[in-house]
Amino acid sequence: MDAIFLQILNGLDKGGAYALIALGLTLVFGTLGVVNFAHGALFMLGAFCSVSFYKLLTISKQVKDESITFFDAFKEQPYLEIWFGDYGTAIIDYAVPLSILFAIPVMLLIGLIMERGLIRHFYKRTHAEQILVTFGLAIVLQELIKSFFGANPIPMPPPDIVSGSAPIGALLGLSESVVYPWWRLIYLLFSGIIIASVFAFLNMTTYGMVVRAGMMDRETVGLLGIDVERRFTVVFGLAAVVTGLAGVMYAPILPPDYHMGMDFLVLSFVVVVVGGMGSLGGAVAAGFLLGILQSFASMNEIKAIFPGIDQIIIYLVAVVILLVRPRGLLGREGVMED
Amino acid sequence: MSNIILEIDNVQKSFGGLKALSDLNLKIEEGKVHAIIGPNGAGKSTMLNVCIGQLAPDSGTVTFNGENMIGKAPHEINQAGISRVFQTPEIFPDLSLLQNVMIPAFAKHEGAFKMNIFRSLSNEHNIQDEACQILEDIGLIGQLHSIAGSLSRGDKRRLELAMCLVQHPKLLLLDEPTAGMARHDTNKTIDLLMKIKEGGMTKIIIEHDMHVVFSVADHISVLAQGTIIASGTPDEIRGNPKVQEAYLGGAHL
Amino acid sequence: MKAPTIKNDIFVMLIFSAVILSMPVWLEPLGASYPDLLQKFAIFGIFAVGYNILFGLTGYLSFGHAAFLGVGSYTAVWSFKLLTMNIFPAIIFSVLLSGLFALLIGFITLRRSGIYFSILTLAFAQMFYNLAYSVLTPITNGETGLQLARTDPRVIDRLFSEAGEGLPSTDFFGLAMSGYSGFYVCAVILIFAFFISQRIFHSPFGVKLRAIKSNQTRMKYTGYSTRPYLLTAFVISGMYAGLAGGLMAATDPLAGAERMQWTASGEVVLMTILGGVGTLIGPLLGVGIIKYFENIFSALNEQGLHQAYAFMPDWLANIMVPMTSPFVGEGWHLTLGSLFVLIVVFLPGGIMEGINMFKKLFSKKTSEPDFKPIKKKTTPETVK
Repeated sequence: MDAIFLQILNGLDKGGAYALIALGLTLVFGTLGVVNFAHGALFMLGAFCSVSFYKLLTISKQVKDESITFFDAFKEQPYLEIWFGDYGTAIIDYAVPLSILFAIPVMLLIGLIMERGLIRHFYKRTHAEQILVTFGLAIVLQELIKSFFGANPIPMPPPDIVSGSAPIGALLGLSESVVYPWWRLIYLLFSGIIIASVFAFLNMTTYGMVVRAGMMDRETVGLLGIDVERRFTVVFGLAAVVTGLAGVMYAPILPPDYHMGMDFLVLSFVVVVVGGMGSLGGAVAAGFLLGILQSFASMNEIKAIFPGIDQIIIYLVAVVILLVRPRGLLGREGVMED
Repeated sequence: MSNIILEIDNVQKSFGGLKALSDLNLKIEEGKVHAIIGPNGAGKSTMLNVCIGQLAPDSGTVTFNGENMIGKAPHEINQAGISRVFQTPEIFPDLSLLQNVMIPAFAKHEGAFKMNIFRSLSNEHNIQDEACQILEDIGLIGQLHSIAGSLSRGDKRRLELAMCLVQHPKLLLLDEPTAGMARHDTNKTIDLLMKIKEGGMTKIIIEHDMHVVFSVADHISVLAQGTIIASGTPDEIRGNPKVQEAYLGGAHL
Repeated sequence: MKAPTIKNDIFVMLIFSAVILSMPVWLEPLGASYPDLLQKFAIFGIFAVGYNILFGLTGYLSFGHAAFLGVGSYTAVWSFKLLTMNIFPAIIFSVLLSGLFALLIGFITLRRSGIYFSILTLAFAQMFYNLAYSVLTPITNGETGLQLARTDPRVIDRLFSEAGEGLPSTDFFGLAMSGYSGFYVCAVILIFAFFISQRIFHSPFGVKLRAIKSNQTRMKYTGYSTRPYLLTAFVISGMYAGLAGGLMAATDPLAGAERMQWTASGEVVLMTILGGVGTLIGPLLGVGIIKYFENIFSALNEQGLHQAYAFMPDWLANIMVPMTSPFVGEGWHLTLGSLFVLIVVFLPGGIMEGINMFKKLFSKKTSEPDFKPIKKKTTPETVK
């Protein structure tokens, strides 16, 4: 019982990331009709937003190390600490959550540039060409990151106060041994908030309603005299922000490296396919579902029966879904079926 | 009474709550040109879609040459001898006219699948001659090597007709062969239809242009709200008050 | 769009063979005539020519072909370990086994088309890759990669000779697979592979594949069962990939899982597109260009750049070096990715399209009247 509960918890945070990425992908897919293979790169860029923000905060100056007295020693001290003392230290400690503020405008800008500069010209081209051009873009982005930040994963610490584990088991009256890292809990909460706000935006604002209408029937919305082009740009920007934020907050869970985008890309397509192409609800549901499924598959008891199942479970599910129910769990009929 | 080549028996088809075909019964005689007319949304195209296996009916049977066609794949139905000209031209836009016509000819001669990867296309003289002949009949021989996608809309339709004719189907389905054509092209198409009428091929033609219908059809059926309301020779149909009311809106032809 | 005649095809084949076999000579001035690179040209050439049969003719974009390449490599290394160092059985097994895998995967993935097909192949590629690293370690030797060992049984070789002291090397009935002889073996196989691809392109089968790409719906209503056609193309291109993988192992008897990653399939897509999708010779051009520049670019460093810009005034060179240095050496992939984007945006038909555009421009100027009366076939004039 405890083990199962723990596995569900373990799956949820990963599921949250899947859900967020897939949500962005579906937004782009449903409204713009573009198959974006650079979507994983947006997630990766988000994660590197937090890395760069951390690096910005910790720009340092060599100062004399006072703790060593018998010779002149120097240490690096961030300007923030020099200027603001303990406050500075605290700000650095909260680098990851604070980098959300940094990531939103950056990701929005990246999204807008991508859409205006490249994606826009591919609305009318074939899906194969969209895949190819965005795949090329993804390579360019990941190689740029590699040349700036190197090839190794960069560990990003969560704030001290949440670096431990939450005694979930004790809180819920289960076994004391059920603990769960605070940061993962925060991530879960965070992804829930983002998902809720995206849905709120789509359902409660007129802007969002137009976007949803566009997902249903692009041509008609265009005929209504609505400036579809501009809205497309905004939707792409929104998708970039959502996906980027998923990456920002994921940095303490998985140290960012340059190829994490490609790794998550395939996964997110699988999630979208399982959820149903063009279905936002489906993307979210499938994200969590697959996260939990993957977490269960990596239990030793399961691996003993089906060796290697944890490595392939997600893809296996996708293959089966595509074959028996091509429109996915919650997809509408006829979306992207040719 | 000659042979019945196609029999549509009690076919029903609805989309959601909308009944497209209800109790559709139709018998097509071999060697005749059978026109189907009827107002928009009467279910004419749906009927053709059921005949070629594009849509599965909810119930009922379609018998072609004594064989039940329901549940067969589109290519099996074509191989059985039914070809269709679509309302929007379905051709191979990236291939040359010659290749466009050779491909259906291959289907006729080689069946649904043949792995002839080592034969050379340029050695297929019989197929080539056959294709050229049809293209000549249809008046497109001058553009033998142009890319089909570059043709005018009217020419595309004629090309599609050629692609069907080269298969010498037992039954040819024509879905509004003159829709959107200029008068001049329409007349050319009528001439062509008259010419192939002499070949003894059975045809079902859906058409809005009464001029075309009354000049080529041996037999006319009127489809309204998914069912046949009248059937007969052109003269009978012309005089039928029920038809005039339902379809022609009381106007006299 | 005239169908090429057989005479034409033979002529092209002769020229092609001459060009390929004389590569060590005419690549000399370009500094690309050393055996390693030449072997790479030939092997990736086979891979791309095969990939083009699927993607170029049918338009089905597969990201799974690197998996078949990997299967070919592993099979070949196992053949070296268990049977003999002769590459002949090794590549036969590679082709057969990868063909079998392609049959299985194609049978499943071809039930869907368009982007769904691409995602399905992605999923399979990823499964293969993950399994090669985990459960299949006994077969693939995981991260280390499958290597030869002195203690390998090599049953057939043992019949003829005792095990030597060091690691044995691969050969083709006595012809060493290293150096120029290795290149010539690969080159002959490439010529053979190209010949088959040419036959397919100019066969009724090939035209039918093109027709599927052009309008699959029409194909179905024209009496064709399209899936067997697609599956055949998929299996053939899978076998080409396996052949390339087998040869890769033959020239360097080591097989690793990284060859199977789906991004590795991306590379062959790029080569095919760069040269010209669906053209016979295009993919080979693409391979040549990419492998040639990869060789140059990845060897360059900042010092090399300074030398390369020596002809420029100093101030310009000082700007150019930092501007271009991310694109060379380790950054070769950045160049590759940028090239990919540029090609898809500006020249989706690849180099061959560029050449054709150029030709058209040229021929328009020289010969204005392009009208040729078509010779009538010997058919009767009357209609039916």
